[in-house]
Amino acid sequence: MTTETGLETEVKKELKQTEEEPAAPEQKTQVQDEAAQQQQVDPKQEHKGAEKTEERSNNKETLQSATAEQPSGEQNTDTPPSPKPAIPSAQTSPGVSKKGKEQAAGKGISRFLPPWLKKQKSQSQVEPKESLGREDPVKEEGYVQEKSEEEGRKIEVGGEDGVDKPAEDRRSLPQDSKADEKEEKHSINSAKTEPAKEETRKDTLEKDADLEEEEDKNGAGEEIQKMIKEEAKVQKPELKAEKSPEKPPKKMKTVVCKVMMLEGTEFPFEVEKRAKGQVLFNKVCENLNLLEKDYFGLTYRSNNDQKNWLDPAKEIKRQIRSSPWQFAFSVKFYPPDPSQLTEDITRYYLCLQLRQDIASGCLPCSFVTHALLGSYSLQAELGDYDPEEHRVDYISNFQFAPTQTKELEEKVIELHKTHRGLTPAQADNQFLENAKKLSMYGVDLHHAKDSEGVDIMLGVCASGLLVYKDKLRINRFAWPKILKVSYKRSNFYIKVRPGETEQFESMIGFKLPNHRAAKRLWKVCVEHHTFFRLASPEQPPKAKFLTLGSKFRYSGRTQAQTRQASTLIDRPAPYFKRTSSNRVSRSLDGAPVVSVTNHSLVDSLAAEINGKGDAADKDNAEEAGTPFRTQMELSPESKSKSLRIKGENIYVRHSNLMLEDLDKTQEEVLKHHASICELKRSFMESTPEPRPSQWEKRLATTLPPMTLGTSDEKQKAEMGEEVEVVIEETVIEEIRRTAKLKNSPDMTKSPAAAIPSGEGEEEKALKEQASKANTSSDSHSESEDEADYHPQLVKVAVDQIREESEENDEELGKESQVPMEHPAEGILLPPPPEVQGVADEEKQECKAHGEDEALSSPAEKKTEQEAEKTEELKVNGEVSRSVSEVNTQVIYCSEPPVVKTEIVTISDTFAGQKTDISTTEVPIVHTETKTITYEASQLDGSEDGEPGILMSAQTITAESLCTTTTTHITKSVKGGLSETRIEKRIVITGDADIDHDQALAQAIKEAKEQHPDMSVTRVVVHKETELTEEGED
Amino acid sequence: MAELMAGFGVFTHALVRGIASSLPKEALRMSSADVDLSRARHEHDIYVGVLKHKLGLQVIELPADDTLPDCVFVEDAAVVCGDTALITRPGAPSRRDETEAVRKALKNLGLNIVDIADDTATLDGGDVLFTGREFFVGLSKRTNQRGAEILADTFKDYAVSTVPVCDNLHLKSFCSMAGPGLIAIGSSEPAQKVLKIMQQMSDHRYDKLTIPDDTAANCVYLNIPNKGHVVLHRTPEEFPESAKVFEKLKEHMLIPVAITETAKVDGALTCMSILINMKSNTQ
Repeated sequence: MTTETGLETEVKKELKQTEEEPAAPEQKTQVQDEAAQQQQVDPKQEHKGAEKTEERSNNKETLQSATAEQPSGEQNTDTPPSPKPAIPSAQTSPGVSKKGKEQAAGKGISRFLPPWLKKQKSQSQVEPKESLGREDPVKEEGYVQEKSEEEGRKIEVGGEDGVDKPAEDRRSLPQDSKADEKEEKHSINSAKTEPAKEETRKDTLEKDADLEEEEDKNGAGEEIQKMIKEEAKVQKPELKAEKSPEKPPKKMKTVVCKVMMLEGTEFPFEVEKRAKGQVLFNKVCENLNLLEKDYFGLTYRSNNDQKNWLDPAKEIKRQIRSSPWQFAFSVKFYPPDPSQLTEDITRYYLCLQLRQDIASGCLPCSFVTHALLGSYSLQAELGDYDPEEHRVDYISNFQFAPTQTKELEEKVIELHKTHRGLTPAQADNQFLENAKKLSMYGVDLHHAKDSEGVDIMLGVCASGLLVYKDKLRINRFAWPKILKVSYKRSNFYIKVRPGETEQFESMIGFKLPNHRAAKRLWKVCVEHHTFFRLASPEQPPKAKFLTLGSKFRYSGRTQAQTRQASTLIDRPAPYFKRTSSNRVSRSLDGAPVVSVTNHSLVDSLAAEINGKGDAADKDNAEEAGTPFRTQMELSPESKSKSLRIKGENIYVRHSNLMLEDLDKTQEEVLKHHASICELKRSFMESTPEPRPSQWEKRLATTLPPMTLGTSDEKQKAEMGEEVEVVIEETVIEEIRRTAKLKNSPDMTKSPAAAIPSGEGEEEKALKEQASKANTSSDSHSESEDEADYHPQLVKVAVDQIREESEENDEELGKESQVPMEHPAEGILLPPPPEVQGVADEEKQECKAHGEDEALSSPAEKKTEQEAEKTEELKVNGEVSRSVSEVNTQVIYCSEPPVVKTEIVTISDTFAGQKTDISTTEVPIVHTETKTITYEASQLDGSEDGEPGILMSAQTITAESLCTTTTTHITKSVKGGLSETRIEKRIVITGDADIDHDQALAQAIKEAKEQHPDMSVTRVVVHKETELTEEGED
Repeated sequence: MAELMAGFGVFTHALVRGIASSLPKEALRMSSADVDLSRARHEHDIYVGVLKHKLGLQVIELPADDTLPDCVFVEDAAVVCGDTALITRPGAPSRRDETEAVRKALKNLGLNIVDIADDTATLDGGDVLFTGREFFVGLSKRTNQRGAEILADTFKDYAVSTVPVCDNLHLKSFCSMAGPGLIAIGSSEPAQKVLKIMQQMSDHRYDKLTIPDDTAANCVYLNIPNKGHVVLHRTPEEFPESAKVFEKLKEHMLIPVAITETAKVDGALTCMSILINMKSNTQ
């Protein structure tokens, strides 16, 4: 079967801004509504009419239940669930109040309102921030929300503190019950908004949960902490409220996790079955009395006996799957300079790890080194050499090397004698000072093959990526040299900054044994880069354009952060007993542990902050920094250059970010935090993980399969007037989703999957909204809400299932022709006018130059706006409509899309989780999405008619393994403005559609990054997908 | 207190070997030039004298073997780092027997001897640059990947990176260490290219001392108690411009040493000795 997705994206910043603000209130309301589920008071409903309201309420209910439950689940884990009846009302109320429709809507929501005030606060806080964030790069909050969405997804997928599953289940149930209703009733809500809200909620919930978990633990003085707390305060009330209405918290089952400690003993830790990795890790660290825990982590063995790091942010159970609940506490990030660790106890655990590494042969060293390190170990654990006590065999219990000879032992003893007087801490220090010099210290090795199939090893370390053949280092890529790290299936890629003599970036690929290995390596890279190179963790990719790739990001503290935090450690050096790893197992159980809680709290807080706050930062950074920079730097020539680069490989993404990073010291890095953040973003893209991607998100909004048919019809009907393609897109996505769901267990569980039930209505709602939007500014505001959530998203126009080259042709027709067989993704980059000032205009489809748009405004902003608009469009269906935005941009479809409906049989059980809903047949909307053109209607407005003068055109084609990239660069002059337009067509051939998604996302990102001063006006995706795909992860 | 990788350039012993009388006619060379044997021996005596008397090293002098015309270039026969000596397998078949005497001498010093059993491996000591923190091995006509691997396997504490050497005999034909973290590098394009590669491959930062003449970039650095940084470099008579560059090393004790004759058979300053630090092993 073939799925085609047409994405059309237009981003207009100005619009966004305007939209955003109005949207915010709506969001609030919606959220509140959802929260209020049962109460079901929607301001929007009022707008739309009674029928719609009902429908909507249904949707909301489902949604609400889902979201609400999740949080509750989390809470349950962490804190005893306390039902708070009052809360729901509160939630609803805020929304009402804002819109002033409360009374009308007033379904008695106001009654319950006690907490709602709190809610309001939280929401209000968030909202303004969002708006600010977009407008103002500096403010993180705005970003946060977006991120929160993403996070929400992640969370969903990953499972929060063990609560996720229950939440999902609950969701599914409500959905099922409502499915029927949905079919009949299609709420006109904007699908987008709702999902976004959900996500945000989840986010907040997450935070809350975390906070609650760790609240007991006092906060070490971190700035982050404070912030987090604030958030927590705000959000907590919400959560509680939400929880209460639904179901009483379940009692969580607990599981005993066996954790192998570094001393070689195994310890049981009891955690809730749904607990996240962080919970267990915190317990372990607490047990170890370890404060500087950011260097450490827990590993587990997957079925294939591969060592995996337990992601603290994800549910344990989801990660280990069928593997036993056995973990090992290990050093994850080897500090390059252990002397900078604050506490001896931290160094001690590092020593233990290194002894283990040495004994196992993971850390190769020479005979002398074995002896020397061994002697320090003896000194640390036994003290001064005592001829009386230490007879020849006293060391036979120690293992100093993989193969321990008598000669070695003698040498160890000989050296031990020379260490007289060293305290254990000093001996550890000496041990570390020597061990850190070993070339393989802190190098995480991965088996791989190079492009020629030669066996090599890839080593990830603090400074970058090392390539070994046998034992020789044959290459090294320092982090600053690496522009991007990605993986696709079992291939791992790095994009390397061009050398002094080289013109182009190069993409280097490695073949790993399997997909998991590739992903594992990618993750390790992401984590190491973040930990060692960045001032603070980057937030997960925000939903800018299509973010289909893995959202995985390192969520802990960076080395810089942990160092800073360590300076706050104020406790007497904790007592701990050193034991030789092999001989004595020290009983940690009984040992009273100093409360590490403070620390952990801080950590978690930090993590959260990172996740949320960072996102904001990035956003801002990107918006603020990139555009300016690029504008300054990019000359037409350079552009063409970059284009060429693009052409060479689809994976080649241009990120200026890394460049900034280059050769900077840590401090510098800190200084340039913002830019770095950008870097990271672009830097760590990967194929989609099981976590819900944007696609999934979308799915969430899409109609349930059952409803599809109806919606299609409606769509068709509507089509005549306006394009409903958007809706269809969603539909398609869903279908896709389903496919995925089937195959991948994770997906099934993912909340997104559960959500779909509500979508159908939502879609309709969207339609309505769209229509309204066209006519009324009010509707607009609603749409804006939606936009807020996915401001950066590229609109996925249509996913079509089926082999349709026609569509491709049509859509692509304008751009360049791509072989239809392959899923093609075309990105239109209307380049900014060569005149820099004008650059921002998104000439949608090259047609217009928006003069109205702030010339000075960073292109990115505009893009965002465009994105929002696009979203709106989507919501509307591709409708040509004049946006009510202040800017007055007009979006219209050049060609009315034709929607064909097709029925595809999917042996799916995307509903599997949901239990009740099993759909065998899914109606698929076949859309000939012709080109949907969004134009920023420039004030001129007449530009369409004027084709402009073609100055130059060039086409660059590049082929790589599975991608063919065709880039068309057209320069033309219109009305005195020169315009450079770049069309990039990428054909990706491959089996996993997920990869395609990723590729698309990357392509878009790349495009954006490459030409920050340009705006992406259109994204068209044609996807042919075989429905039977293997689920990832 | 013992410490790994301490004291770069600290040496206590030096191993040298006399000049075979067959050198002028039979020694391998990349260009053809008449070698004045007596002058070569005179220069060599001075070289050894500097090590022995000026720097106070214990110098083990192996007698020349006329069947081994290149035997004076002992550096190629073994790589000594710490207490371990890797006996090489020279890329030139005619030189493989040179290792025998060297091996014996090093063993007598108490070093751990590692031999290359793999007869597909070739390794010339002249291709091995030890920076104090890591090894760079030039993959040249004389040294192959396998040889480098064995080196890496021998000195496990250190990173061993390979760099291609195309236009020169050895890696150290155009570079050497002129101090801790200081790489003397020839100014030729190939030399500069290699330096770039080394810098890219390394986790460490190196300063570079660019020497106008590639061959003059081969110098001998030692860290001698009471004398500090010592550099043996080519004389101003041989390479005036390069000598000026060395003279900019203010904190170094500079000792110009002429090797005009052995240079005709591709000899360089580092080639004619193996420097050993026996103290590092016992402490």
